[in-house]
Amino acid sequence: MPQISQILATYASQFFWLLIVFGLIYFVIGRGILPRVDATVDARDAKIAGDLAAAEQARAEASDLEGAWQAELTQTRAAAQAEAQKAKAKAQKDAVSRIAKADAEIAAKTADAEAVIAKARAKALSGIDGVAADAAQDIVAKVSGIKVTPAQAAQAVKTVLANG
Amino acid sequence: MASEGGKIDPMHQFMIEPIAPLNLAGYDISFTNSSLFMILVMATIWVFMLGGMKREMVPGRWQAAVEGVNGFINDMVSTSVGPEGKKYVPLVFSLFMFILVANFMGMMPFGIVPGVHAFTVTSHLTVTAVLAILSFGTVLVVGLWKHKLHFFSLFVPHGTPWWLMWLIPFIELFSFLIRPFSLALRLFVAMTAGHVLMKVLAGFVINGLNADAAWVAPVVSLPSFILMIGITMLELLVCAIQAYVFALLTSLYINDAVNLH
Repeated sequence: MPQISQILATYASQFFWLLIVFGLIYFVIGRGILPRVDATVDARDAKIAGDLAAAEQARAEASDLEGAWQAELTQTRAAAQAEAQKAKAKAQKDAVSRIAKADAEIAAKTADAEAVIAKARAKALSGIDGVAADAAQDIVAKVSGIKVTPAQAAQAVKTVLANG
Repeated sequence: MASEGGKIDPMHQFMIEPIAPLNLAGYDISFTNSSLFMILVMATIWVFMLGGMKREMVPGRWQAAVEGVNGFINDMVSTSVGPEGKKYVPLVFSLFMFILVANFMGMMPFGIVPGVHAFTVTSHLTVTAVLAILSFGTVLVVGLWKHKLHFFSLFVPHGTPWWLMWLIPFIELFSFLIRPFSLALRLFVAMTAGHVLMKVLAGFVINGLNADAAWVAPVVSLPSFILMIGITMLELLVCAIQAYVFALLTSLYINDAVNLH
């Protein structure tokens, strides 16, 4: 086994070159290059984390904005609804008062017309009394030849009409 | 690989051969094939990591792969040690990447180029021992620095009954001191055994094909070749698992040092 049989002849050379080579690997690569690789990885991780945080923040902002917009929309809709309700109520009130006024006018007109009719009727009725008395006086004179005074005729008509 | 007189030596792949002899204060620090593969491993890791330096916000495939390995080690350390483990990530990462790439580098089919032999750096006890001592030494230094002498309470687990006090600390101390050996030997044995097995099977295939008797090739070479495919897959898995185990145990040991029990 050369590893053991040559050990006395080669150990110095092995140690010397190994220490040089391993020292270079440790100081140049391990302590020189490796931390920079590490820094790159860390920088990338930090960047990714930062980007994710920024995206999350933007998402939250968008969400807030949408919420505000939604709230405003709701508020505006409610205001519009209230306005419409108010207008409707006012229109209803106006209509009611107008109807009442028209009703009153109609009632007054009806009352007037009724009064006129009643007056005409009364007038007509009193006219009929006179005509009937005259007719009765004439009929009596023609039938019996008795002269009846207008007052008597009127009295008779009144009696008949009252009974009839 | 080394077929001298038709014999294939499965151990030859572990031979360390000097490429450029060097000497420093009496020590032989020659540039060897082992050193060459260490540098190759480092260059591979470096090129791989450069792909992660594009630092784009949206990573390409390569950058995603580098960041994937980084995240894997980060997760492992933070799961084992907690938030304080961040500063040990470079060490665990270096150990993991060095072992992983060295294991894989030894599996690369460089042998198809004549005269070139793949070399598995982590199949050498000298290398795994240094890595294990680095891991263990970090635990010791961090533990003693952070907790001073209180660090030794590590050897007295919570809830130890008083009448076992004479035994438990010694068992704990032993299990603590055995750690560098188990770390080093596990990796060394796993890589050596796997490569020997592969080389032996490959030897069966080659020798079977070269045999004089015609019946040997279908009876020996073919099954060995099919088995070889499976063993190679298994070895690739072991390469990754051993790197993972080493890195995971290191982070668990660092957890002991940082948080005690």
